[in-house]
Amino acid sequence: MTEKVKVRIDGEVIAATAGQTILEVARANKKYIPALCYMEGLSSVGACRLCVVEVTGVGKLVPACTTPVQEGQSVVTESPQIVGYRKIALELLFAERNHVCAVCVSSGHCELQSLAQEHGVTHVRYPYSCPRLPVDTTHPRYVLDHNRCILCSRCVRTCAEIEGAHVWDIAGRGITSHLVSELQRPWGEATSCTSCGKCVQACPTGAMAEKGWAVEEMTKHRTVVSRLTSMREEGS
Amino acid sequence: MDKVKIGTCWLDGCSGCHMSLLDIDEAIIAVLRKADIVFGPLVDAQEWPEGVDVAIVEGAVSSQDDVKLVQTARARSRYLIALGDCAVTGNVPSMRNGIPVRKLLERIYVEGADESAGVPTDGVPALLRQAEPLRQTVKVDLHVPGCPPRPNAILMVLSELLEGREPDLGSKVRFG
Repeated sequence: MTEKVKVRIDGEVIAATAGQTILEVARANKKYIPALCYMEGLSSVGACRLCVVEVTGVGKLVPACTTPVQEGQSVVTESPQIVGYRKIALELLFAERNHVCAVCVSSGHCELQSLAQEHGVTHVRYPYSCPRLPVDTTHPRYVLDHNRCILCSRCVRTCAEIEGAHVWDIAGRGITSHLVSELQRPWGEATSCTSCGKCVQACPTGAMAEKGWAVEEMTKHRTVVSRLTSMREEGS
Repeated sequence: MDKVKIGTCWLDGCSGCHMSLLDIDEAIIAVLRKADIVFGPLVDAQEWPEGVDVAIVEGAVSSQDDVKLVQTARARSRYLIALGDCAVTGNVPSMRNGIPVRKLLERIYVEGADESAGVPTDGVPALLRQAEPLRQTVKVDLHVPGCPPRPNAILMVLSELLEGREPDLGSKVRFG
């Protein structure tokens, strides 16, 4: 039997089920918490830190996507401190790689770009690291531009959990972390890739795109993952 | 009342931000009732004048000449605006930043040329190691991102400043 818990989110008492995360409960109750690495239908990893919230009695901000609700918990989803930290997280994502929105296929349809706009990020306060990163064009239909990857791992989880192929992984540690397909093979040579393209649709930025699009032309079908998950639940 | 003095300049950029400034169309007449443009690509003045109220700078800081010009603009202006993504983030000019300057120039002027006289050094300023946002060289009072920033954002910024208010861009602008 599922245990019911009562939590308070931004002052409102909400009934939830034990095991649900703060983010799931908040979104189910039309409360907005921004997130980049979270995607409905996938497991949560707490990578992007955009969904940080305050929980009364906890001395630090916690990611809403990986923190389970608890009886009597009181959550604040927005405060000057929280917004300040979200801006830092966004700016660090921009500083880490070469996003150059002006020449991106996903400009205008990018979750990183629109979250920066929404948070009033007009500039980045940290020096850009300007790394030299490759672009993998070996796949016949898709392209992977490491310059625009934020390591959210949505593609990794989509491929492993939804398609069941597990072509993608994150290799390396810290600043050298990077996305790899099939133990460092070029994407086009990855024999387990089914070319289904769900990783491309799940990618929040222009890191993964279909070939053949120019600047601002790549729109994505972001509901693919959640739609598949819910249909499978109905079918089971 | 004296007119507000505006100076504009263009470092490592494409002039698109200046085009966007001109794209405020007839609203520029209202701006010029309250302000004079005393320096810029379309103005005869050879040197950035003293006592400028608002400096509008397009482009990344990419060469020694860029450093000199933006430092002069900063020293002689009360308020400095970084206009557009190149000035704000480095943008397209910064895509060379991972490549050593010598290699970059040789690739373009030697390997990339049919008839090569070598890397030009006469009459061109030396490139810096990287093309950087303005804020890494001078203090910036307002960042207006966009490639280019939309004309209505530029007009809003100018109108607010001419009314003596600090522009609040909020979520009206974005990168790219």
